[in-house]
Amino acid sequence: MSLILIIEQILNGLQFGVMLFLMAAGLTLIFGVMGLINLAHGSLYMVGAFAAAAVAGLTGSFLLGLIAALAAAALAGALIEMVVIRRLYRAAHLDQVLATFALILIFSEGTRWVFGSFPLFLDIPAALSGPVTLPGGIEYPLYRLALIGIGLGVGLGLWLLIERTRIGIQIRAGENDREMIAALGVDISRLYTVVFALGAALAGLAGALVGAIQSVQVGMGEPVLILAFVVIVIGGIGSIRGAFIGALLVGLTDTLGGVFLPELFKLFMDGGAAQKSGSALASMGIYLLMGAVLIWRPTGLFGARA
Amino acid sequence: MRMNETWVNALVLLGLVAVPGWALMVDEPFTITLATRAAILALAAVGLNIVLGIGGLVSFGHALFFGLGGYAMGILAFHAQTYSALDLGFIQIEGSTSMPVIWLVAMGVSALVAAVIGILTLRTSGVYFIMITLAFAQMFYYFAISWAQYGGEDGLSIYVRNGFPGLNTLAPIQFFGICFVVLCLVLLLNARVQASPFGLALNAARQSATRVEAVGLDPIKLRLVAFVLSGAITGLAGALFADLNRFVSPSMFSWTLSGELIVLIIIGGVGRLMGPVIGACIFVGLEHFLGGLTDFWHIYLGAILLCIVLFGRGGVIGLLTGKEGAHV
Repeated sequence: MSLILIIEQILNGLQFGVMLFLMAAGLTLIFGVMGLINLAHGSLYMVGAFAAAAVAGLTGSFLLGLIAALAAAALAGALIEMVVIRRLYRAAHLDQVLATFALILIFSEGTRWVFGSFPLFLDIPAALSGPVTLPGGIEYPLYRLALIGIGLGVGLGLWLLIERTRIGIQIRAGENDREMIAALGVDISRLYTVVFALGAALAGLAGALVGAIQSVQVGMGEPVLILAFVVIVIGGIGSIRGAFIGALLVGLTDTLGGVFLPELFKLFMDGGAAQKSGSALASMGIYLLMGAVLIWRPTGLFGARA
Repeated sequence: MRMNETWVNALVLLGLVAVPGWALMVDEPFTITLATRAAILALAAVGLNIVLGIGGLVSFGHALFFGLGGYAMGILAFHAQTYSALDLGFIQIEGSTSMPVIWLVAMGVSALVAAVIGILTLRTSGVYFIMITLAFAQMFYYFAISWAQYGGEDGLSIYVRNGFPGLNTLAPIQFFGICFVVLCLVLLLNARVQASPFGLALNAARQSATRVEAVGLDPIKLRLVAFVLSGAITGLAGALFADLNRFVSPSMFSWTLSGELIVLIIIGGVGRLMGPVIGACIFVGLEHFLGGLTDFWHIYLGAILLCIVLFGRGGVIGLLTGKEGAHV
């Protein structure tokens, strides 16, 4: 157990965390502004990954793939918002869950129909492949480092967008009082479509970026979706700051737990049993974290309302 | 056409017996298996309907109890099959291949876990409750995957179906009989609970928790009791389901199963006694017929579901009786 390994794992945890943040930010934004629980967010992640893999495969350009991912996810998001989601804002949570569950079925099977059941592969762009040497002599994959940078950059951009721009003011106003801003002349239904497309684009971006280090396949979105739920429950639903802190906590807990818990158990158990119980406990780690946060604060770290 | 709900209920149960009865006569054991599957899924959804329909709590993690019931059966039968003792640390117990014993263990374990999770989650409400129940089910899913002793990701095969005193459970029709009788008993229990002071109070707590509190009842306690009862019933269904397939795997904990259980209830009608039964029959029917026509039948299921949510409240029972379903 060396310092280098520990730093490497912390970077891995950060990388996982910022990607979760991209997912969770969209979810929490959509919930905060429209009061909607969107299970189909994982499908938008998948749409982004497939669009990126297909376009990058055709053109050979990772950048074009990323642009395609953003466009496809935002388009799919705007489309489902206008056709389905719009009718659900005033509906009960159960209806929202069911309708978006139905959307998952349609998206997953539709993608399987178009692309088949075999996973696609998205290559890391040549400029970002290979390791880079960090101060202290640590070798770390450049692509993963780039992911951390992109994630933090998008987080900063999102903060600027919401705190410093006109549309950000409208979004914050929409969270507080939708009747009032409609009365002030803001086209609320257009605003909702824009927010939904923005959240979808973030999910699509995450899907494309992660797709290059994992395989791109049907059903890839739902495990991430459930982790994003854990993130926003921990951070407080509706809070972007909460989503950021929650995502980093979940990313670090999951990554570090998987590596260090078995090592920790080896101190007082024999090797095989320690490996087993350590990894079993690690697989439950983030949920235990969530349980602990809920006992302490039932509405999450930064949540205002239940 | 407007029908009396009691008649609809009777017709559904009659249909659920008539189909396997007919299948027995024309020697179609697969149809009997389908009917058994419908009865077991109905049982699981009846359990969920207690919290969802009467209590108004959208639990998106009921696969958790289904899986617990399944693993209760799997682990007990595994130890009986390998003649090894189950070491709980403080006590060693033998495995079992007797259904009644397995059912009791499945219900006990599910009820216990439901109590713990209920205490944690019922402090929250609305969207938090949905996401947290989902997350807890997912926790067990990953735990089952990493639990190598009982098959891990590959699951656990049980070679011989467990026994029930006086019956040959390997005959499809007799196993169907067991499942059907259990379903009827639980439906009876459900009807009694719904009409009892507890059921009325639970229903009232769904409509207005504040008013229930004002007359001196504790809504969280009511919901906790309902959650435990509901978990136990779904756990029992899980044990039967594992026995039907003679196989348990982490997929019994999967979140799609939780979603499908809710879908069953919605298709049938929320908060209706027989809603889950009708829903399960339609679901298994669709799965069989559409699944035979196309590999992509989930697209059609999704489309049907969307239409029900957007246009038709009250499900099939609502359609037949002209009454809207419970508002959750």
